[in-house]
Amino acid sequence: MALLASDLEAMIRETLPNARINVDGDDGVHFSAEVIDESFRGLNRVQQQRVVYAALKGKMDGPSGVIHALALTTKAPD
Amino acid sequence: MMTDAKTRIDQTVKSNDVVLYMKGTKAMPQCGFSSRVAGVLNYMGVDFTDVNVLADAEIRQGIKDYSDWPTIPQLYVKGEFVGGCDIITEMTLSGELDALFDKSGIAYDKDAAAKIREANA
Repeated sequence: MALLASDLEAMIRETLPNARINVDGDDGVHFSAEVIDESFRGLNRVQQQRVVYAALKGKMDGPSGVIHALALTTKAPD
Repeated sequence: MMTDAKTRIDQTVKSNDVVLYMKGTKAMPQCGFSSRVAGVLNYMGVDFTDVNVLADAEIRQGIKDYSDWPTIPQLYVKGEFVGGCDIITEMTLSGELDALFDKSGIAYDKDAAAKIREANA
């Protein structure tokens, strides 16, 4: 089943309830997401993006994953 | 006990200063994201080791487990995982990649790095 951008947003929201989340992509497999959350402060980008990948619970994982590509931008609020 | 793939990856990233796990090779990338990172390193004149995950199914999965990172390409500098395509792109444009290479004693062409930033300004 193809995913909607709103599904991704909901999954990220479960892990980061207060984040500013912006997900684009309407073909069900290629997405771009910007996630801004206070909990990212002090983490490097790898650590920040691991949190987001973990929230997507295996949806990224290779041939069995649903998401083929996710362009991800993460940061703490300015 | 480390799996065979993990042992091989560990040896590769610790015995080579800059390693890019990618789909395809630096001369012939087979994915746009791998191509972008390999292209930046090539353009900056960085001497790096490329590992084609498409040629080795065990490494293709193993590298994701090794770094706890679900996507390829993956760049390693001095044994440390630096990031994938989005992070390397951001770090190139912000100058953080230059700083990392400076700090790690990796040779690269500073003018080429500046040209990438000018072209994307």
